[in-house]
Order: sequence, then C-alpha cells, then structure tokens
Amino acid sequence: MEVLEAVLLGVPVTLLVTVAALALGAVLAVPLAAARRSRVVPLRWLGRVVIDVVRGIPPVVWLFLIFFGLGRDLIRLEPIEAGIIGLGVISAGYLAEIYRGGLSAVHAGQWEAASALGMGGTDTLVRVVAPQAFRVSLPAVTTYAISLLKDSTIVSAIGVSEILFRATQSARSTGAGLTPFFVAAAVYILLSAPLAWLSRGLDARLRARVAR
Amino acid sequence: MTGLLTSWGEWLPRLLEGLVTSVELTAASLLLGIPLGLVLALLSSSRTRAVRWAAIALVEIGRGTPALVMLQFVYYGLPSAGLSLTAFVSAVAALSLTTAGYTSEILRGGLQAVPAGETEAAGALGMSHRDTLRFVVVPQGVRIALPSLMGFAILIFQATSLTFTISVVELLSQAYSIGAATFRYLDVLVLAGLLYLAVTIPAGLLTNRTERRLSRHL
Repeated sequence: MEVLEAVLLGVPVTLLVTVAALALGAVLAVPLAAARRSRVVPLRWLGRVVIDVVRGIPPVVWLFLIFFGLGRDLIRLEPIEAGIIGLGVISAGYLAEIYRGGLSAVHAGQWEAASALGMGGTDTLVRVVAPQAFRVSLPAVTTYAISLLKDSTIVSAIGVSEILFRATQSARSTGAGLTPFFVAAAVYILLSAPLAWLSRGLDARLRARVAR
Repeated sequence: MTGLLTSWGEWLPRLLEGLVTSVELTAASLLLGIPLGLVLALLSSSRTRAVRWAAIALVEIGRGTPALVMLQFVYYGLPSAGLSLTAFVSAVAALSLTTAGYTSEILRGGLQAVPAGETEAAGALGMSHRDTLRFVVVPQGVRIALPSLMGFAILIFQATSLTFTISVVELLSQAYSIGAATFRYLDVLVLAGLLYLAVTIPAGLLTNRTERRLSRHL
C-alpha cells in the first residue's frame, strides 16, 4: 500500500513532463517541417541536419547535455525544466517528420483545385491542406505520445521524481523488492491504454474526412 | 578552440573505450533478442490458443514496459528474488527482452507480407509445414523486415546509453565521469554526442539504402 502510494505520487509529474514536452515539440516541429519542404535548398538541408542530429543522439545524452552541460555553466535549470526542454527538442525532431508525412499525404489535386479557385499559397496551406494533413498525422502523433510517455522515464536519470524514480527509490529503501516495479509497469500500461484506444478510434473517423 | 581540441584528444581514448562497450551491448542484445523475437512472432500465430496468448502477452510486456523500467527491474529488483546479475549481464538481459518484444512485431509484419501463394505452392510441392516456414516463409519474411530491423538496431544502440543508470561503463558513463572530474560537462558531453552521431547517422543512411535496394524487387 505504501509502495502504491509512493508510485502514484509520481503520476502527475510523469503526465506534466509528457504533456509539456509534447506541446513544446508540437510547436517547434512546425518550422522544422516547413524547412524540410522549403523550396530553398540550403534551408531544406538545414532542416534535415537539425532533424538528424536531434534524432541521432540518444535522449539521455540530450538531457545530460542540457542539464549538466548548459545548466552548470550558462543557465540554471531545475531538473524538471531540463527534462521538459530535452524531451521537447527530441519530440520536435520526430513530430516534424510526422507533419511532413501528413503534408505529403494530401493529394496534389487539392493544391491544384485551390489554385484554380484563385486561392493564394498561404491560404491554401492554412485552409485546405493543413486541416487534412492534421487529420492524417493525428494517429501517428498519438502513437508518438504513447512512446513519449514511456520515454519520459529517462528524466529520472537527472533526478526528476516521476513514476520510475519513486519506484526505484521505494525498492531500495523499503526492501519491497520487485513490487514497486510491477506497480510502475502496471501504471504505465494503464496510462497508455486510453491513448492507444483513442488513437485507434480517431484513425478511422479522421481518415473518412480526407480527400483522396 | 585549440584548448577544446586538446582536451577532446585527451578524452577521446576513454570515450572510445565506452563506445566499444555500447556497441558490444547492442550486438549482444540483438543476437539474443532477434531470434527470441522470431520465435515469439511464429508462436503468436500458433494454432493453439494458449500458446498464442502467452506469446502475445510476452510481446506486449516487452514492448509496453519502458526500457529503463526493464533495466532497473532486472538490476535492482531481481536480486531480491534471489537472482543477482552483473551490470553488463543485466543490461543485456533487459535490452534483449525489449528487443524481442519489438522485433517480434516487425518480423510478424514481414512474415505476413510473404504472399499466401508461396505457402500454397510449397504445400502443393509436398513440403511439410516446418520446411515451408524454414525454407520459404522465414527467409523472405526476414528480408522484407530487414530495413525495419536495422532501424530498430539504431534505436537499441541509442538505448544502451540508459545502462549508465545501472553503472555499466559505456560511452555516456565515461563522459559523465570525465565531466564530474573536470567540471567541463558541456565540452565532454558534446564530444560524446558527436560519437553517437558518428554511429547513428551512417547507420541511418545504410538503412535507407537497404530499404531502397530491397523495395526494387517487390
């Protein structure tokens, strides 16, 4: 019972880190995806390099770079801030590729039709293409959110007291052995199940509203 | 700038030593995890319901549990159940389980992508079910799954950095201890990041090339 209480105290922290990182990533990913599809070649390359670097370095290494690297010398960061920024940057890399996939999934005829109706480039993107791209990418985004929920365990490495941090702590201090880990695993499964269910439901509904 | 390069030169041997450990961990986890994943993939389409359910449960546990939870569970949890493993062995055990969970889904996709006509043709030629799997379905299924498996291998290589938390002396752990000794965390962690990139970016390019080459024949 004590173990359960200890682990549950970590749930709000895990949710905060996941949601904040996802929100940060969702915003940062927009310019990245735009750069990736830009007509300007150097910009396209820059976008690609940034995404490859963000995704090529392991998440924990990013957290250490931000928390110990930047946090020691340049700006003081709390562990949870460093965790959110780190996971947010990584999310931006992955979400940018998801957005890009969504944009290219929208049929070229949609651009042509909008232009035949006399709509400008920005207008077409904002009012015709982006809403459909959003519907196409949402299932991929929820899948990513589930994996981010699990990846958020790594912020325990810089001392954020989320679910895993508390489970390990109670395993070491109370001698409760395996129980805290089973509880932690069960909590992660319980948290990700509704997301998975939502993703499956949304997928079918949203796909029906995309022109092909 | 030259000061930074001199320090990098000084630290590089230790970091490379760590990188070798990371690569060894990756190789060991893949060598144990992928065959286990293949077995689980085959069992999860077994005709016996109990076997099928057991295999699916194992896969879901392997995929659903974060790699870090698996690591901490094996290293800090199992000793209380009477099983103490060294850090390196714990790391291999935990990462292999994660690998098995993910690759079994990848391989299942590959096996299902083999056209049913192949199995029927093998049956018409009088091949047994086992021989059909071994000589017809598995070789082609693995080939189809190869690019995804390579992509997953890159992810597992990145995940080896998590074993730092159970005191395996791999690349991140070496970088961190150099940082703790010199208080130059940023400098040494940037070099560590570059070393990770030196593996993951070429590996990513190779994966893309393999994907293009293999899809030519489909």
